[in-house]
Amino acid sequence: MHDSFLASLARDPGPSRRSFLVGATALGSSLVVGFAVKSDGAPDAAKPGANPFVGYVQIAADDTVTIYSSQMDMGQGIYHGIATLVQEELEADWSKVTVVGGAGNTALYGNIPFGGKIQMTGGSSGTASSWERYRRAGAAARAMLITAAAERWNVPVGEIKAENGVVSHPSGKSATYGALAASAANGPVPTSVTLKQPGEWKYIGNATLARYDSRPKSNGTQRYTIDLREPGILTAAVIHPPLFGATLKSFDASKAKAMKGVVDVVEIPRGVAVVATGMWEAMKAREVVSVEWDDTKAEKRSSGEIAADYRAAAEKGGEVVAANVGDTDAAFSKAAKVIDARYEFPYLAHAPLEPINAAARMNPDGTLEVWGGHQMPDLYQAVAAKVAGITPDKVILRVMKTGGGFGRRASVDADIIVEAVATAKALGWKAPVKVQWTREDDMRAGRYRPAFIHKMKAALDENGNLIALRDTLVGQSIAKSTVMEGALVHNGVDVLSVEGMANQPYAIPNLRVDLTTTASPVSVLWWRAVGSTHTAYALESFIDEIAHAAGKDPVAFRLAMLKDKPRHAAVLQLAAEKAGWNSPTPAGRFRGVAVAEAFHSYVAQVAEISVDNNGLPRVHRVVCAVDCGIAVNPDQVRAQMEGGIGFGLGAILKSRITLDKGKIVQGNFDSYDVLRINEMPSVEVHIVNSSAPPTGVGEPGVPPIGPAVANAMFEATGRRIRILPFANSENS
Amino acid sequence: MRITLNGQTSELDVDADKPLLWVLRDDLGLVGTKYGCGQALCGACTILVDGQPVRACQTTIADAADRSIVTIEGLSGKVAEVVQATWTRLDVPQCGYCQSGQVVATTALLTANRKPTDTDIDDALSGNLCRCSTYHRIRAAVHEAAKLLEA
Repeated sequence: MHDSFLASLARDPGPSRRSFLVGATALGSSLVVGFAVKSDGAPDAAKPGANPFVGYVQIAADDTVTIYSSQMDMGQGIYHGIATLVQEELEADWSKVTVVGGAGNTALYGNIPFGGKIQMTGGSSGTASSWERYRRAGAAARAMLITAAAERWNVPVGEIKAENGVVSHPSGKSATYGALAASAANGPVPTSVTLKQPGEWKYIGNATLARYDSRPKSNGTQRYTIDLREPGILTAAVIHPPLFGATLKSFDASKAKAMKGVVDVVEIPRGVAVVATGMWEAMKAREVVSVEWDDTKAEKRSSGEIAADYRAAAEKGGEVVAANVGDTDAAFSKAAKVIDARYEFPYLAHAPLEPINAAARMNPDGTLEVWGGHQMPDLYQAVAAKVAGITPDKVILRVMKTGGGFGRRASVDADIIVEAVATAKALGWKAPVKVQWTREDDMRAGRYRPAFIHKMKAALDENGNLIALRDTLVGQSIAKSTVMEGALVHNGVDVLSVEGMANQPYAIPNLRVDLTTTASPVSVLWWRAVGSTHTAYALESFIDEIAHAAGKDPVAFRLAMLKDKPRHAAVLQLAAEKAGWNSPTPAGRFRGVAVAEAFHSYVAQVAEISVDNNGLPRVHRVVCAVDCGIAVNPDQVRAQMEGGIGFGLGAILKSRITLDKGKIVQGNFDSYDVLRINEMPSVEVHIVNSSAPPTGVGEPGVPPIGPAVANAMFEATGRRIRILPFANSENS
Repeated sequence: MRITLNGQTSELDVDADKPLLWVLRDDLGLVGTKYGCGQALCGACTILVDGQPVRACQTTIADAADRSIVTIEGLSGKVAEVVQATWTRLDVPQCGYCQSGQVVATTALLTANRKPTDTDIDDALSGNLCRCSTYHRIRAAVHEAAKLLEA
């Protein structure tokens, strides 16, 4: 897979067979900035190094504007964000704007913060990646429409206005964008465009654009991969090995094949697929397939044993060094006070509400369509091609909106894509096949937020200053042994393991962060906010503990060490001020604070809690301050902070994946508990006014909530929660 | 098997033990009702049976026979309209996958209780999971819809 992926990066699709820039295309009178599309509306493969705004916007004769998004929308609202960027410069009729997923062209859709060599949605980079290119696309399209109108009316370009989907001239002449699209398509593509100055923005930074997909998502008409109704489509339920690392030995499907609605039962790379006319028929038949597994190489430990192994590894110190500043040994030897703590984090499942799925169909023309939540399209295209035995240019990816994701749809081994294509292939390509996991399949299939342990130690001088900090982390690497290893593992350190800790923000003169990377067949993956889901909890809980040991206010203690980190300091001060940090809390209420940077956005949160009869926190209110640079859609920023807080809160309070002799104990939402409405605090979001380029908000709302609540729990009970989740017998 | 679905009565030739969820989705193509857990643990498949919110994944077609079934596609009337309009205006959905269930459950709540308290909302909706945690806006939208219905 590694080789095929690299090959896909290196491949040059060559000159497009179609007119590369705008012009008469299969869509006839559409203006496509500035790049041909196929008759089915999917962007064609164009050669790399193209005009920077090609392939992003299409204006049709009926005035509809279709934007091709390089970023997959899993609910974070990036389609709306990208549409806002285009709209700012294009000034179309907003009611005619839609967004679809674009894929299959790295030159156009490569993720800029990740170097532009791979299309992917992740690392909260969607807005940063789109900021220039989609505004330029909108501006170029608008300029071309104006030029076309100027020629048609024989008037100077400078006298023409274009807004709300209409081009007009003071003489009274006017035409809709759609009416000019064909002429504009035959005109020249501007080699440069001038973007609006911030003072001219109508939409960026305002809440004036209604989110275009709220209506279909409120009336049941939004479609997801699970809803595909292609003619003749079959549904497959899969049987995965019960232990990680086990492989298929043999299976007997004779009973299943005799059942109503069952089409076939086939072997696929990770197990067996039971293919039927519908999901119910597939699930029922799956129960009577008998399977033998080879578990020689399987993980057979229980969670308690894994934790014991991690603790033992932490005692030995990390095998590789991730950060080393000053001389921690010397600092500890002269410390007035030393504090120790160990924090333990479980495996976590993403558990998006739409269980993982994908569908594949081989077409008579030799193209393979693959539907799914394609978070890493270039990789999936290469993998699908390899499984199908065709070239990647024959793979057409249909990017679907997904029912959540939280990182799970960016599977580095393209697991669900492999299963969908392999199942359709095993059926001789006779029908489109959708592989649909059940909730239990989804929860037990791995790709978890890795379990981690942090063994921490701090030294204070006689004035209560933090003079040294040590952290030894133990846990699995997400990037190691994957296509991402080269980019993310440096000198044995997976940056995803230590992000938020190795680059911690406080002015601490002596710092040492080291890491032991463990190995297990249990697969791990990025989970919303990735390393910061545990590093921020460990760091911000421990800093709070140190502040108390030093007899200092937790906010003031942090601010004193953030003098060179103005953006951290600003959000911390803003959250504290808005939460009334220095005023007394109501009776029975307690506050805690935390601040963290993730993916270049800065978030501080103050949680206000009470403690319930079970000794668990009830979080009443969260005040959140965020600096994400320019807030393109402020309401979207607020929505992502609200959602990030709820997502993170549920996890720290209640969620964990555990193993019993290798088997995953949890299977559904009864045993893997997540946040419910009765546990959701009221959330107040304050956005820092900024002129910095925009950064992401999908993930950065998650990291601070855990430690903010844990620190409030300490205020309430004097007890530190060191083993997650809170609802965990080891904490009582 | 005879069912009355979104106001239309029809005969269906399906196994009696087949969950309504899969009849709706796979046999009838009404895919607005979502699968999330199959165990009545998430609420994504909430529909109305004789006006009461139930989980379609744990309701067999035999259970639903001769009753009035309403799915998100057939939701109608003043309460439903106000709920959906408020959901849209407050931009409640993120991924949107749970929202059919949330909207159906809220419509049932506001039909029975025109002025729900926060506790009433918790009781009615705590079985409807939202992994995007849009709960903050769901609560605001329920109160807002109640206000609009009162006016």
